Amino acid sequence: MARAAIPGRLGDRLRWRTAEVTGRRVESATAVTLTLDLPGWPGHLAGQHVDVRLTAEDGYSTQRSYSIASAPNGRSLDLTVQRTSGGEVSPYLVDELVPGDRLELRGPVGGWFVWRQQQTEPILLVAGGSGLVPLMCMVRAREAAGSRAPFRLLCAARTPSDLLYRSELRQGAPGLDTTYLYSREAPADSPRPPGRIAPEDLVRSGWPPDFEPTCYVCGPTAFVEKTAAYLVLLGHAPERVRTERFG
Amino acid sequence: MAFISRGFHGRRPSAGTKLPPGQYETTGFPVLSAGPTPRIRQDDWKLSVTTEAGKQHVWDWAGLMALPAESPTVDLHCVTKWSKFGTEWQGVSLDVLLADVETAAEHVLVTSYGGYTTNIPLADLVDGKAWIAYGYGGSDLAPEHGGPARLLVPHLYLWKSAKWVREIELRPSDVPGFWESAGYHNYGDPWREQRYQGD
Repeated sequence: MARAAIPGRLGDRLRWRTAEVTGRRVESATAVTLTLDLPGWPGHLAGQHVDVRLTAEDGYSTQRSYSIASAPNGRSLDLTVQRTSGGEVSPYLVDELVPGDRLELRGPVGGWFVWRQQQTEPILLVAGGSGLVPLMCMVRAREAAGSRAPFRLLCAARTPSDLLYRSELRQGAPGLDTTYLYSREAPADSPRPPGRIAPEDLVRSGWPPDFEPTCYVCGPTAFVEKTAAYLVLLGHAPERVRTERFG
Repeated sequence: MAFISRGFHGRRPSAGTKLPPGQYETTGFPVLSAGPTPRIRQDDWKLSVTTEAGKQHVWDWAGLMALPAESPTVDLHCVTKWSKFGTEWQGVSLDVLLADVETAAEHVLVTSYGGYTTNIPLADLVDGKAWIAYGYGGSDLAPEHGGPARLLVPHLYLWKSAKWVREIELRPSDVPGFWESAGYHNYGDPWREQRYQGD
């Protein structure tokens, strides 16, 4: 594993900012995208996250991390949040917040699970469920930067209706190949029967290891553990496989 | 005026538990690592302690098993916000491993199989504060949690408890490790909420 490159603004204290919710878009039955207005936002790299802090009236406070979904775009920031059933924070963000509300956050955080527009090598993105969020940020940042780096995106979801960013992905982009891996229920015309991700999926829809792609894998722990192990078994150098997990 | 999140009530930690600021309690055992899990067989595993004079002390698996073991029960605090109370480990105290090591160094750089690094003051690894852990809950430590053996320094954020530990290097000067070079705090005390540089 290489030493992580140092992101900008090191040494600056990551101060808490107050954002205003300016938009709320439903992405699936359990996920919404919140658009935030953040005066003075310094910008971010694709793949970074923010820390969100919620404070109750009695002063009780708690924090969670959420990946940024939008490409750098001035003072506007999109967070896509998946509701965790029984969760303390995500149901509030998904069900309670409406435009006009305010939200405390700080960031951007993370200097390893990032894609920079200077990268020209082939990129493999493997998403499990809402692990798609930081990878979609990379897809959007690539397009916004006019990058011609070849991207392959493997999206794993339980059913087609669980998939985030459906219409945007269907629309596609030149140089971006998207493959869907449904685990429970696939559309009738899908060439792949439903099932969990397997090495064949990475062979068929990923890059050969000798193309030396950088691979980004994000999703639930078991999904990331398996996928990263498959990539190494298929011959990808471990230092080219970057992972981020939740749950 | 302090910021209030409209309509947020939250969940308080269970009675008798005390969470560091910004943390929440989990009963699962989440995994955080930056890359694929290295697969190290016990037969291939070695741990070395290297002094600033270049002297190396090396233990293989049988050597580690021959050392007196402890069973610490500790609380874990991950910088990604979860805390887990009362985790039960088996391992060897760093006091045992460092007993015969001559050093005047004050800094340590820990390196893992797979290349991960983290830096810790030597004072935080001695006097019963740190272990090389190889068992969790009475079983072998699983690879995704750092098996066959990891560092355990529970009074600091968990990224300091390097998984798949391979080398403990005693150094006269401090050098930032993997996350410490990427904007995370150099020391990482959860009770002072030292998550990022400048905290």
